[in-house]
Amino acid sequence: MRKVLICAGTGCISSGSPKVTEKFQEELSKRGITDIEVYNTGCHGFCEQGPIVIIEPDKTFYCRVEVDDVPEIIEKHLLGGQIVEKVLFHEPQVDKKVEKYTDISFYAKQQRLVLHNCGHINPERIEDYVANGGYEALRKVLTSMSPQEVVDEIKKSGLRGRGGGGFPTGLKWQFTKDAKGDKKYVVCNADEGDPGAFMDRSVLEGDPHAVLEGMAICGYAVGADEGYIYVRAEYPLAIRRLQIAIKQAEEKGYLGENIFGSGFNFRIKIKAGAGAFVCGEETALLTSIEGNRGMPRPRPPFPAVKGLWGKPTNINNVETFANVPLIIKNGADWYASMGTEGSKGTKIFALTGKVNNTGLVEVPMGITMRQIIFDIGGGIKGGKKFKAVQIGGPSGGCLPEELLDLPVDYDSLIKAGAMMGSGGLVVMDETTCMVDVAKFFLNFTQKESCGKCVPCREGTKRMLEILEKITEGKGEPEDLEILEKLAYNIKNSSLCGLGQTAPNPVLSTLRYFRHEYESHIYDKKCPAGVCSALLEYKILEDKCVGCGACARVCPVGAISGERKQPHKIDPEKCIKCGSCMEKCKFGAIVKG
Amino acid sequence: MVCACGKEVVDPKKEKLKELLLQYQGQKGALIPVLQGAQEIYGYLPKEVMEEISRTLKIPFSKVYGVATFYAQFHLKPRGRNVIRACLGTACHVRGGAKVFETLKNELGIGDGETTPDLRFTLESVACIGACGLAPVIMVNDDTYGRLTPDKVKEILAKYE
Repeated sequence: MRKVLICAGTGCISSGSPKVTEKFQEELSKRGITDIEVYNTGCHGFCEQGPIVIIEPDKTFYCRVEVDDVPEIIEKHLLGGQIVEKVLFHEPQVDKKVEKYTDISFYAKQQRLVLHNCGHINPERIEDYVANGGYEALRKVLTSMSPQEVVDEIKKSGLRGRGGGGFPTGLKWQFTKDAKGDKKYVVCNADEGDPGAFMDRSVLEGDPHAVLEGMAICGYAVGADEGYIYVRAEYPLAIRRLQIAIKQAEEKGYLGENIFGSGFNFRIKIKAGAGAFVCGEETALLTSIEGNRGMPRPRPPFPAVKGLWGKPTNINNVETFANVPLIIKNGADWYASMGTEGSKGTKIFALTGKVNNTGLVEVPMGITMRQIIFDIGGGIKGGKKFKAVQIGGPSGGCLPEELLDLPVDYDSLIKAGAMMGSGGLVVMDETTCMVDVAKFFLNFTQKESCGKCVPCREGTKRMLEILEKITEGKGEPEDLEILEKLAYNIKNSSLCGLGQTAPNPVLSTLRYFRHEYESHIYDKKCPAGVCSALLEYKILEDKCVGCGACARVCPVGAISGERKQPHKIDPEKCIKCGSCMEKCKFGAIVKG
Repeated sequence: MVCACGKEVVDPKKEKLKELLLQYQGQKGALIPVLQGAQEIYGYLPKEVMEEISRTLKIPFSKVYGVATFYAQFHLKPRGRNVIRACLGTACHVRGGAKVFETLKNELGIGDGETTPDLRFTLESVACIGACGLAPVIMVNDDTYGRLTPDKVKEILAKYE
C-alpha cells in the first residue's frame, strides 16, 4: 500500500504541516481513494525544509510542501506515477533536484540508528513501533537475561552518556545495581537546555517508545520499579507524545505489573521542568523532582548511591536510553564495531547556524567535523568563508578551521578545549564575531547560574563585565590576563558542571581567536563587523546614486543629501542599527 | 465569598485550585506540579494563591516563594493574554534573532519580560526553544514561527487579540 508520511515534529508543524495533512485527507476522500494511507510521523531532522512529505515505498522526498501543492501531488504522483518536480529538494552543491531521500547528501552520509524510526513511524501508535521490532529488546532481557548480563552487555558495548559528560553507561548502571536499597529509581534527563540542541526533543517526539523501552531495560538491570522522565516545559508536544506512549505501553502490558509474565514491574511518570537550565545537571534535576529549587549538591555521594529521595538512582539522558534497545537487540559487539577506540556507536548532532542544510544528523563517532559541515551540511550559507564551529553549547568551545579534520569523539574534543556536550553544532562564518559569541554564552550561563556557589555566581558576572567592556571598545591590555585567571579559578572551584564548564567558550575563543580580542582592545575594531560600538557606517560616494532610500529608513535622521547626489551619514547621530545598509540596493553603504 | 443576598458564591478558579490541591495532597514532590497547575488556572501566581498552597500542602510560605521565584516558568504578576517568546539562543543569535527581538520591542513598546498595559501581549526572551533549524524563531503561545525577518513581525502580531 502506498503511504503518505507527513512530518508532525515541532519544526514542520510551525511551517504548516497540519494543514497539509488535512488537505491530503480531504482531497483523497473527495476522490474516494481509500488505499492510500496518510499519517503523521515524528521529525526527519531536516526541519529547515519543512513541511516534509514522504511517499513510500517510492522513497520520494518532497519539501516545503504547501497546501496548494497537495492536489498536484495526488493527481500527478499518487495517481499518475510522475514526480512533482517543483517540491523536490534542490541540492545546493550540485545544483540539481533530488527525488529520493536516500540520494540526498544530507541523509546519504548519515548513519541513522537511534533516529531510524523518526520520520518513518507514527509516534502516537504503539503498533508501528512494535511492527519495527519495538519492545523485542525488553522481551529479550526479561525472558532470557539476568540483570548482571544486561549490565555487562551495556558495558561491553562501550556506550557513554550522551548528555554531555560521556561517563560509561554500563559502569553507571553497575553502581546503581550494586547500591544497597529496598527502593531504586531510573530517571531520564530530558531537560534539554543547551541552546542549539534539539535531538532529545526529536527523539521524544518522533520515537518516544524507544526511550521508554530503554528505561524499562535499565530498571530491570539495576533493580528499580519506578522511572521518571524530567522534560522541559518548553516541549509541550514531547510531553503529550510521551503521555500517549506511556498509556499505550501500559495498555499493551509493556509497562506496569508483571511485564511479559516475568514478575518484573515498572512504571514511568513524567515530570515537567519549570524553566531552569541548571536542572540539566543531575543532582539539581533530582532536587527539582523532589519539589525544591533546582540547586545542585556536592558529589559524592553520587545519585547511584543516594539519589532521588535518598534512594539509589540511575540517571541517563534521552539519547543514551534510546541507544539501549539497539544494543540489546543487535548485540554489544555490533555496537562496539562502530566509532573510535574510546567512543562507540553513533552520535546525533544538531547542525545549525550559517550552514546550508540545518537539522539533526546522526553519524558514527570519529567522523570529522569537515564531513559533517561540508558533506552533510552542504557547506557555508551564501558561499561565505567558514570561521568556527561551536560545539557543546555553553559548556563547549569554538573550534577553528585548523581543527576541521579532527575526528569527533569525547576525548578528542576535550583535548581541543571543547566538549561533546549534548551535541549542538553551531556553524559560524566570517561575519560572526568570536568575542560576541563568548559574551553571548557567558551572558547565558551567568543568568542561569543558580547562585549556590560563589565562583559561578560572582565569577561569571565579572567575566561577563570584562567581555562587555571589550566589545564596547573600552578593553585594556590586562583584561585578557584577568579573564584567563578568572576562568581557571571558576573551572577549578565551582560546585557543579555548569560553573566548571562555563568559562569554556571564553577559553576556547581566547585560544584560537585571540587576535580578535586583540583587535577589539588595541585597534578598537571588530573585524567581523558585529560589535556596534566599534563600527562606523559610511556611504561610498562613487556607488551612491542619491535615491534617498537610506535617509527615509533611518530612524534617527542621521542621513542627509540632495537627490541624485551622494548622501552622508552623521556619525554623531547614527545609532548603528544597520537599517540603511539593509535598504541600499547598490551596496553603497559599508561598515567597519 | 458571600453575596449580598446571603447565598454562597462559588469562585470557579478557587474551586479548581481546591481540586488541584486535593489531587496532590500527601504526594511527594508535589509543589512544582501544583504551582504549574495553579498558574494554569490564574494565569500567574497571586500571593493569596501561594499562601493557600503553603497552608494546604503544609510547606512553609518561604519555600513556596523560593521555588516560585527560582524557576523562569513562574510569574508573580499578571501576564498578557498572548505570550511571545523570542528566541535568542545560539542558532537564532547568529541568524539575526536580536533584530527580530528589537522589532518586537519597538512594535509593542515594551521591554524584555514586560506586559503591554492592555494585557494583550507579554514579551520574553528565551535561550532556546529547540527549533534551531528554523532560526530565527519566536513562539506566540504554542505557535512557533520560524525563518523570521523583522518585517514579518507586524503580520504575526496582528493575528493575536
